[in-house]
Amino acid sequence: MARDTLTGTRIRERRTALRLKQAELAEAAGISASYLNLIEHNRRRIGGKLLLSIARILEVEPSALVEGAEVALIAALREAAAARPDLKAELDRIDEFAGRFPGWAALLADSRKRIDALERTVETLTDRLTHDPHLAASLHDMLSTVTSIRSTAGILAETGEIEPEWRDRFHRNINEDARRLAESSTALVRYLDSADSEANLTSPQEEVEAFLEENAYHFPVLEEGSRTVDEIVDGSASLTMAASRDAMRRYLSRYARDVTRIPPAPLRDFVAAQGFDPAALAQAFDAPLGSALHRLATLQAEAGLGPLGLVICDASGTLLFRKPLDEFPLPRFGAACALWPLFTALTRPAQPIYRLVEQSAREARRFETFSVAEPTGGMRFGDVARIEAVMLFRPSFDSQRAGQTGQAPVPIGVSCRICARTGCSARREPSVLAEGL
Amino acid sequence: MGKRVLVIEDEPNIIEAIKFFLSRDGWEVFTHSNGHDALEAVDRRAPDLLILDVMLPGRSGYEILRELRAQERWAKLPVLILTARGQTKDREMAAAAGASRFMTKPFSNTDILEAVRELAEA
Repeated sequence: MARDTLTGTRIRERRTALRLKQAELAEAAGISASYLNLIEHNRRRIGGKLLLSIARILEVEPSALVEGAEVALIAALREAAAARPDLKAELDRIDEFAGRFPGWAALLADSRKRIDALERTVETLTDRLTHDPHLAASLHDMLSTVTSIRSTAGILAETGEIEPEWRDRFHRNINEDARRLAESSTALVRYLDSADSEANLTSPQEEVEAFLEENAYHFPVLEEGSRTVDEIVDGSASLTMAASRDAMRRYLSRYARDVTRIPPAPLRDFVAAQGFDPAALAQAFDAPLGSALHRLATLQAEAGLGPLGLVICDASGTLLFRKPLDEFPLPRFGAACALWPLFTALTRPAQPIYRLVEQSAREARRFETFSVAEPTGGMRFGDVARIEAVMLFRPSFDSQRAGQTGQAPVPIGVSCRICARTGCSARREPSVLAEGL
Repeated sequence: MGKRVLVIEDEPNIIEAIKFFLSRDGWEVFTHSNGHDALEAVDRRAPDLLILDVMLPGRSGYEILRELRAQERWAKLPVLILTARGQTKDREMAAAAGASRFMTKPFSNTDILEAVRELAEA
């Protein structure tokens, strides 16, 4: 049932919520109770003066009776349904549900949001307990102190007669433990406060991304060789977790390797002379194309190359590195759009792939993408080769290159959940966006 | 003299409390506070029961327990594991290492006393 045909249902909901009898509302609105009954059962359309009059009596805006549930509520319900596809919620009747039972619908949507938030918190806390040795040690220390206090207090409270020297000793122990507990709990709160001041309950991945963003994805000290990877990581106050420090070490080692292949000064000279040309850059330095794409992305601001985004994934498609652009966001959780040329590259190792793509935003934006998948970490006989794919992307300022290749833009999204494209053959799960958004 | 219990725990005030109430229960209590030479302490004290903390300086309680169980002499020694971590995987780790009982901190004196008495009678 369409949303605007449920006006009568909403009138009935509102009337019963106000504990008004049908006859009372009909009389106040100057119509018969039987006519109101037909309206309330959506068997007569209502509009004009009568609608205004009933809305005034029911103390609501007329639009609330006509339009019913907000788009946001519908979207939230869709998201709730997407979280449990096995339950087969009746998506085709979502408007009717939200219109007839707005309170229950809001409760369901709110509960789903709360579950998401709590799951996220639990995940982050678990992650933190697993990967943050300082936190684990602090909590262990506090629990040991609490155990000591509980045990000693139990002796004092439950033992009938205690020799004075033992009693005095236990009093001293409790006093000492209580002071220790106060100090360690204060220190722990201070530690958690400082770690969370930037972003509440951050995960290692979020910490790494915040650190990269803080440095504009560019590490001149590594390029100049004035600091090592370990010095950068260990000297960072914002990388608080062992897992985020490990991830940053892995990324910066890759960065350092690519700097060795394509040093900064010759790179700047190359760009000044030849502009943005990843393939020529790789050829000039006899470097893998992936390294050239990475170097261009890290040096973009300095070299005046305009906005450049970069994404790296492993052979499983898991995103290892994200440098988003404002109009080309990258998913933080869950998998990306399967139509990205990055994933096409994985199916054709060592083959450079150029594609013009179009993001599924309100205003479709076009981007040029340059992708390649290459083996990483050396190759040995008998080993399974480790492949990583790199995709560099930039807004399509001019379509000269696309024109040359005669390509039509490939329609892509960010990830299924937030992509409203209909009829997409690569869709894995329903979108949480209402149709048409 | 009662049965001998060895408590390996690095928190001195916990040691003192356990020592006090187990002594009153008739046990002869020995204590040790690090993981480095815990196995030597077990050999020296030859306890009838062992109370073993997991997080010890030098070596983890699980490591010590695994080595103890590998020795025929201590294969059947009742061992009560104490730990601040009580998740299922921690219980599984304790069981795999050869623990007789598992207790999470903070525990009460009654919990420990009951566990020790049950282990001694088993």
